[in-house]
Amino acid sequence: MTYLAKPKIHHPSLPVNALGFTRRDYEGPVSTLCAGCGHDSISAAIIQAFFDLAVPPHRVAKLSGIGCSSKTPTYFLGQSHGFNTVHGRMPSVLTGANLANRGLLYLGVSGDGDSASIGLGQFAHVMRRNVDMTYIVENNGVYGLTKGQFSATADKGSRSKRGAANDDEPIDLVMMALTLGASFVARGFSGDKEQLVPLIKAAVQHKGAALIDVVSPCVAFNNHSGSTKSYDYVREHNEAVNRLDYMPERAPIVTEQAPGETRDVVLHDGGLLRLKCLDPDYDPRNKVAAMAYLESHRARGIVVTGLLYVAEDASDLHDAQETVDAPLNQLSDAELVPGAAALEGVNASLR
Amino acid sequence: MRPLERTNDFVVKFANVNGSGSASANGLFAKAILRMGVPVAARNIFPSNIQGMPTWYEVRVVEDGWRGRRGGVDLMVAMNPETWKADLAEVEPGGYLLHDATKPLAADRMRADVTAVGVPLTALCHEAFSDARQRQLFKNIVYLGSLASLLSIDPELVEAMLAEQYRGKAPLLEANRQAFRLGFDWTREHAGPIGLRVERRDRVGDRIFVDGNSAAALGAVYGGATVCAWYPITPSTSLAEAFMRYCRKFRVDKATGKHRYAIVQAEDELASIGMVVGAGWNGARAFTATSGPGISLMQEFIGLAYFAEIPAVLFDVQRGSPSTGMPTKTQQADVLSAAYASHGDTKHPLLFPEDPTEAFEMGAQAFDLADRLQTPVFVMLELDIGMQDWLTAPFRWDDSRALDRGKVMSAEELEAGRDFGRYLDVDGDGIACRTLPGTHPRRGAYFTRGTSKDRYARYTEEGPAYVDNMQRLLRKFETAKSLVPGPVIERAAQPTRAGIVWYGSTGAPMAESLAALEGQGIHLDRMRVRAFPFADAIPEFVAAHDRVFVVEQNRDAQLRALLVNECGIAPDKLIAVLHYDGNPLTARFITSEIGEKARALGIASRMPVEGRQKSAAD
Ligand SMILES: Cc1ncc(C[n+]2csc(CCOP(=O)(O)OP(=O)(O)O)c2C)c(N)n1
Ligand code: SF4
Ligand SMILES: [Mg+2]
Repeated sequence: MTYLAKPKIHHPSLPVNALGFTRRDYEGPVSTLCAGCGHDSISAAIIQAFFDLAVPPHRVAKLSGIGCSSKTPTYFLGQSHGFNTVHGRMPSVLTGANLANRGLLYLGVSGDGDSASIGLGQFAHVMRRNVDMTYIVENNGVYGLTKGQFSATADKGSRSKRGAANDDEPIDLVMMALTLGASFVARGFSGDKEQLVPLIKAAVQHKGAALIDVVSPCVAFNNHSGSTKSYDYVREHNEAVNRLDYMPERAPIVTEQAPGETRDVVLHDGGLLRLKCLDPDYDPRNKVAAMAYLESHRARGIVVTGLLYVAEDASDLHDAQETVDAPLNQLSDAELVPGAAALEGVNASLR
Repeated sequence: MRPLERTNDFVVKFANVNGSGSASANGLFAKAILRMGVPVAARNIFPSNIQGMPTWYEVRVVEDGWRGRRGGVDLMVAMNPETWKADLAEVEPGGYLLHDATKPLAADRMRADVTAVGVPLTALCHEAFSDARQRQLFKNIVYLGSLASLLSIDPELVEAMLAEQYRGKAPLLEANRQAFRLGFDWTREHAGPIGLRVERRDRVGDRIFVDGNSAAALGAVYGGATVCAWYPITPSTSLAEAFMRYCRKFRVDKATGKHRYAIVQAEDELASIGMVVGAGWNGARAFTATSGPGISLMQEFIGLAYFAEIPAVLFDVQRGSPSTGMPTKTQQADVLSAAYASHGDTKHPLLFPEDPTEAFEMGAQAFDLADRLQTPVFVMLELDIGMQDWLTAPFRWDDSRALDRGKVMSAEELEAGRDFGRYLDVDGDGIACRTLPGTHPRRGAYFTRGTSKDRYARYTEEGPAYVDNMQRLLRKFETAKSLVPGPVIERAAQPTRAGIVWYGSTGAPMAESLAALEGQGIHLDRMRVRAFPFADAIPEFVAAHDRVFVVEQNRDAQLRALLVNECGIAPDKLIAVLHYDGNPLTARFITSEIGEKARALGIASRMPVEGRQKSAAD
């Protein structure tokens, strides 16, 4: 397998963002995933979101586990450092990286096998520690990379490509994240970029653990009838509770999309999230109601998407640790090493 | 049987019930003797850390400065009725036993050849204190007073120590002093001194009394560690706790109260090492503290860190294994599993501190090595070093020393157009440059992965690229040989063709044992191994001798196996001397094992010479 670089020549007419970067600056080499794989659409949404946010690409650290989904960080943000870690354990690596340098943006990319099967423990703990990150699960209900075995998010009764039924209850990562204290929880669909891009932008700006569970069909192993993670099934059964306009500027922008009541959520930095409420009763600030809503819809086979929960007063692991403002990896020797005189004091106390 | 008469050379053992508050009084006892200028070798012996279980503390008062256990007990402080029988049986003929005489002692519960000293500890406390917890706690201080009187320890010295301990807590100090005096005065009046005596000397010098886990944690502070991720496991827990303590003391920003460190108690060892790897990748100095079972769980990540070349420090405080083994017993049984930890072709630098002084030094140095070599580095502590207080050389630090962060390419270098290949060996030492995330807007980013890659970090499955990288990793390991601490080699008093090799806590009884062996005409050149990979001097030492004893605390002669494997040494040249029942090694054991083997091999010279008068206090 080879490394396919894309030409770096910028056409003068390419649109640039506030930093003068083009979209190309947020891309990576050409994807080697199957044509039509949902994961590639998510990569495209990530590229769009970071371009729109005008984040300097090198200020992002992207981490993943193992799987087709976890391969995707190669294909976006080519100017960012990336780390393809081990299967199911990316959350701990991301936690350590975040502790080392609080000044970067952390993007975790994982699969449903990676996060809900082998990595369920680390998924749970990274959420409850409220590590400041955007955590995207590219959820296809199967292990794509090892050729189509059911993962722990496969719905009970859904059928594999070979016709076998899944007898086990599914794990809903959205529900788990809610109970575990994640402060931003959303679900998207790789086939709906309009909805997904603003969700990613809001998650990136959010302080604390932000989970986006993105249903992302695997065209090779889980896109047949009998699957509940196929393009057709998700298009038919997906119900968005809201659509999001992310507004980094303070002034709300009203877009011309679907009509409906709007609801503003104030972010920790004073930014606003304006939600178009497709279901006027759904309030993403109310965790208990959100959980009841999700559960009752799940029972009816409906995949609820949108911004499902956001805590307005978010904090993160660094607040809990009371770490200094400067990144720990940039502290000088003088700030770290107490020196010979202090050591003499220790010696004296041990005599 | 005449009662024993000994000055500055005897063993006192405290038999206590865990959770009864005895640790503080026992520690004061050891320290009081040190302050009289007489060295001690002290050890906790704990079957478990659960309340109500028996625990022992043994203090060898040893003017000659030997660091190991002697074996046998001259004075038993028998405070645990449950273990009375065994404790009594352990006392040497002519020895002494101190007990609580509040209730009369049945004659059949004593030995005729042991002198019983009964002090009504409970009754004295009952009279003096009203609070139930105080009555229990101060019993320990009362027996400390009794011991001071029996052994001729200067009471004012103990009172001065109490004053230091309870500085600013006047009522507590007063109560402690009262309890101490109670025991001292009562005993002086009713029992008088016994045949065991502490006499003032000047043999302690500037040495300190400290446990290896605290020392290693302090080393981590001095080594610039900022991230600690750990999961509790005996005997490593106190290392992480000591790091917290020292960070609170030394790493809190005075102006803001904020921390220049982060400590995470992870959900398991997989997460601990994952956090360490993430922090190391991102340029912070990070470590975990664990024991054998934790090392087992960390295997996959250790391989990733080796192959992705990420600095990490692992303190492995070894305990009795395998499995959950003997968690409160000491061993050196993780040597092989650490040296070759993980899947695939991997090997890792190991450091073997011999005592808390070296635990501090190596605890700091490990971070420089990890950054310089961009790889996981293990500090191989042992329960016997980590959880015991040792009389040891004071910690030293040279203020001109800078932390060695290794080959990290800066934004300026990248801007200047310096060629960056993450796995490109630029100067032949096998170590490539790395960049940290966020360094430069357009240069130096790369994708870290455990899969095969070329010199510029691009994914490839090409065989030659894989082999090229694996060979470079071997070159890097060669470089490590000259960076890790070399062996400490010392010649025997007489020329000899036989040698002895050891590492870690095995050094504690070694000097005493070698002196005894010399007395038997067995002369051994000696080498203490301090690190893996093995410096060239190590195989050279073996090559220069016909037979070499390798003394270790595990069943399978793990260091010996590593020597055979890594240095191509003929196995029959290395004679294993093994002790692995979990209890600290004694000089008696080494002397008798080696003496027997040496005589069988004809190594002993015919004429025994005067044993060299060498003591650790020199
Ligand atoms: C320890 C370990 N066990 C098993 C594997 C094999 N493996 C690689 S990817 C994968 C499943 C990935 O599934 P998922 O996270 O859903 O990703 P997808 O390929 O579906 O995007 C497995 C089992 C591995 N790499 N490591
Ligand atoms: S196997 Fe499935 S998940 Fe993997 S790349 Fe192909 S379509 Fe995507
Ligand atoms: Mg999957």
